[in-house]
Amino acid sequence: MTLASLLVQLLGGLAGASTLFLTSAGLSLIFGVTRVVNFAHGSLFMVGVYTAWTAGQWLRPILPGSAGGFWLAVLLSTVVVAALGALLEVLILRRIYRAPELFQLLATFAVALVLRDGCLWLWGPEDLLGPRVPGLTGAIPVLGMPFPRYDAALIAIGPLVLGLLHLVLTRTRFGILVRAATQDREMVSALGVAESRLFTSVFAIGAGLAGLAGALQLPREPANLGLDLPAISDAFVVVVVGGLGSLPGAFLAALLISLVKAACIALGTVELGGFSFAFPRLTLVAEFLVMAIVLVMRPYGLMGRAAAAPRSLATTLPAENAAGAPGRWPWGLLVVGLILLPWLAAGSPYTTVVLVDVFCFSLFAMSLFFIMGPGGMHSFGHAAYFGLGAYGAAIVLKASGWPMLWALLLGPLGGFAGALIFGWFSVRLSGVYLAMLTLAFSQIVWSIIYQWDDLTGGSNGLTGLWPAPWLSAQVPGATANAAYYLLTLICVAIAVLVLRRVLDAPFGLALRAGRDSPQRAESIGINVHAVQWAAFCVAGTAAGLAGVLYAFSKGSISPDLVHVGRSIDGLVMVLLGGVEALAGPLIGAAAFTLLQDTAGRSFDYWRAATGVVMLLIVLVFPQGLAGLFRMRRRPSTT
Amino acid sequence: MSTASLPAAASPILAVSRLCAWYGRAQILFDIDLTLARGEVVALMGRNGAGKSTTLKAIMGLLDRVQGSIRLEGADIRGKPAWHIARAGLGYVPEDRRIFTELTVMENLAVGRQARRSDAPLWTVDKVFELFPNLGRMRNRRGGEMSGGEQQMLTVARTLMGNPRVILLDEPSEGVAPLIVEQMAAMILDLKHEGLSVLLSEQNPAFAGAVSDRACILEKGQVQFDGSMRSLIDSPEIGRAFLGL
Ligand SMILES: Nc1ncnc2c1ncn2[C@@H]1O[C@H](COP(=O)(O)OP(=O)(O)OP(=O)(O)O)[C@@H](O)[C@H]1O
Ligand SMILES: [Mg+2]
Repeated sequence: MTLASLLVQLLGGLAGASTLFLTSAGLSLIFGVTRVVNFAHGSLFMVGVYTAWTAGQWLRPILPGSAGGFWLAVLLSTVVVAALGALLEVLILRRIYRAPELFQLLATFAVALVLRDGCLWLWGPEDLLGPRVPGLTGAIPVLGMPFPRYDAALIAIGPLVLGLLHLVLTRTRFGILVRAATQDREMVSALGVAESRLFTSVFAIGAGLAGLAGALQLPREPANLGLDLPAISDAFVVVVVGGLGSLPGAFLAALLISLVKAACIALGTVELGGFSFAFPRLTLVAEFLVMAIVLVMRPYGLMGRAAAAPRSLATTLPAENAAGAPGRWPWGLLVVGLILLPWLAAGSPYTTVVLVDVFCFSLFAMSLFFIMGPGGMHSFGHAAYFGLGAYGAAIVLKASGWPMLWALLLGPLGGFAGALIFGWFSVRLSGVYLAMLTLAFSQIVWSIIYQWDDLTGGSNGLTGLWPAPWLSAQVPGATANAAYYLLTLICVAIAVLVLRRVLDAPFGLALRAGRDSPQRAESIGINVHAVQWAAFCVAGTAAGLAGVLYAFSKGSISPDLVHVGRSIDGLVMVLLGGVEALAGPLIGAAAFTLLQDTAGRSFDYWRAATGVVMLLIVLVFPQGLAGLFRMRRRPSTT
Repeated sequence: MSTASLPAAASPILAVSRLCAWYGRAQILFDIDLTLARGEVVALMGRNGAGKSTTLKAIMGLLDRVQGSIRLEGADIRGKPAWHIARAGLGYVPEDRRIFTELTVMENLAVGRQARRSDAPLWTVDKVFELFPNLGRMRNRRGGEMSGGEQQMLTVARTLMGNPRVILLDEPSEGVAPLIVEQMAAMILDLKHEGLSVLLSEQNPAFAGAVSDRACILEKGQVQFDGSMRSLIDSPEIGRAFLGL
């Protein structure tokens, strides 16, 4: 590696930092004023890329060969995305400003799903190649190495926008109101400022910035449907590292992360004491490593401040109601019915196949509920433990050649180990920060699994994970997978029972006390962090068991098991069932799995359909399905 | 009572009746009745936790769950958003000041600025600085760098910039130096002079007695006494029972 090539890499990093900053600035602005973490922000970025492509197509015949056409397209897509943002604010976000944080995240995630399928519908599944920008094609020499002209232009745009935003924020009344509302929006409203208009404009501006970033990205990267998740997770990391709501912080963080990534690429593979280490592989995890390090050292980010507790807003979820749990008999009957099912449903063998999925995800959802409901810790990366369990079992089976039963017993320890490490960091944070840190950890797990070909099979995953012969044997008169079905049912039933017992034990009470009032819990001698850490470990082990059972039912696993999407699925299951009742996660997991199974097989736009269901839950039935049932059963008690 | 104030008494500028309010599931206020005449200063008194601040917040539209009626010159404002209530002419000065610490004095005033109103005195930056000369000397200081007393003045000044007809003033004397307390008392009388009505939450009986026409005493979220300041001062047993004097 020469100095020149390092320099060119770092300059490339700076160019990337510009669009990263623009997206993050929008996210940060929106969060600052509305306190909503906009999960759909990456989708707005993606819509920006696509609209810039379409605008370019329209303008090319009108303004052939001029740079004006490109910049006009950029402007147009900025405006279009800003308008889309305003529309979303008015239609959806306005209704959930007072809802718990978690609901807001889910509602905006639902919007992301709908927008993604909207793009699929409008622009189709093929990648769309962006234009070359007239006047900015080719490269300029930097110490003899070529550096793209367009990237040089991008480098200037980031600081330019930062400066512009700074001017607006300090020199205009609108900017003053934005800054005031960032600190105390209730007071701003009590002074006669129409909140709704302020919020809509801020949302429009934030969305416009994402649209601008997307449009500017088009010449560097073709428009495609995979842009939204990376964009949002990058922007999250930047905003969290910079400090929520701080624009200079976001700028600094964007620079830091882009430069660290560029440096990783520039370093290449380094030989050290006989070991060869491929730095470029680190790029996938680099930003999350930076985030984990920053958050542990400065819990509120580089330039963030401990956010004053938002005033008079319900920020926590309603407490779950242990006393309201259904009695033993219905559950006992259900289990007996399920045990008999392989014989009853012998004619439709698919039933027990789907139900194995339902069982696995019930346990997955129950374990997530365990830390989310009574623990009050909203993990956005719970799939990590599910995946670690599955891979743990697979590796035990493949590497040791021990019987499958050993893999079944040892696999969940993978989830336990992950929770032991990540939980230690996570319990030190709360709220959005905890959610983001857990997301980051799951992304790290994903990257490691994805890249460690020798052990995990990389992107292909591992195959040939079949249960022991006696578990695959045909049971007379029952469906084909009856034996494994029964094993799953028994394991899940026992695990769920254990989790419930733990929640009713003093440990569960301590966990709830820590959630409701950490100070008070500490003062009566509860070590809140230790209790929460232990809860993480219990939940991680249970999720690991769910992953093991799932892996053996499928026969193969891939990094998809750990994907952010699966973590979100878990959250949706828990919310669908309602966090107020212990039965919630089980009902939610069953409903969600069955729904996705039917929708996914018959309908191209099942993501959008899931999104709409999620929006309905959040806007119409915030108590979830279980809450609905309970309302029916005991209408008079509140 | 002079004849001039009779019509005012007949139709109060602010009338609260059977007001109930909750924080979550806990009911804090129980059937509060309260009136405020034009140009009147009413002291809302009571021990810590009696519900004074909650009453002001409920009137201002800052609580999620409120029942009863709140009329500003006959128009019911209950259930309206806070900004709407503020624009209708109600100014709110919160107890914990809540100035914007990142903003300068001038910027804090800018947030409070509202269009002029025909039925209330017009406040400009210069007029506000006449009332609070020290603020005029620190126009570009950030709110976070001011003393408690200065912050207290800034909150009042910020609210005045909205040209209110009625001011809900929550414990302006709390935690500030005696000299500032005197200034605050003088200021309230100035505002009364300008024709403003003030609903003042106050624990300090000397302060309340010096500026108020009437007193209303709360205890556990209920009104226990409502009468002239004179009659309260004349019956020390009431003060002993509800104010812990
Ligand atoms: N945000 C809140 N959530 C729940 N309860 C609250 C909240 N704020 C106040 N309370 C309760 O409401 C009751 C009335 O409080 P309020 O602040 O109105 O009293 P106050 O008369 O203003 O007292 P102080 O003189 O201390 O300011 C108290 O019992 C208090 O504990
Ligand atoms: Mg008070």
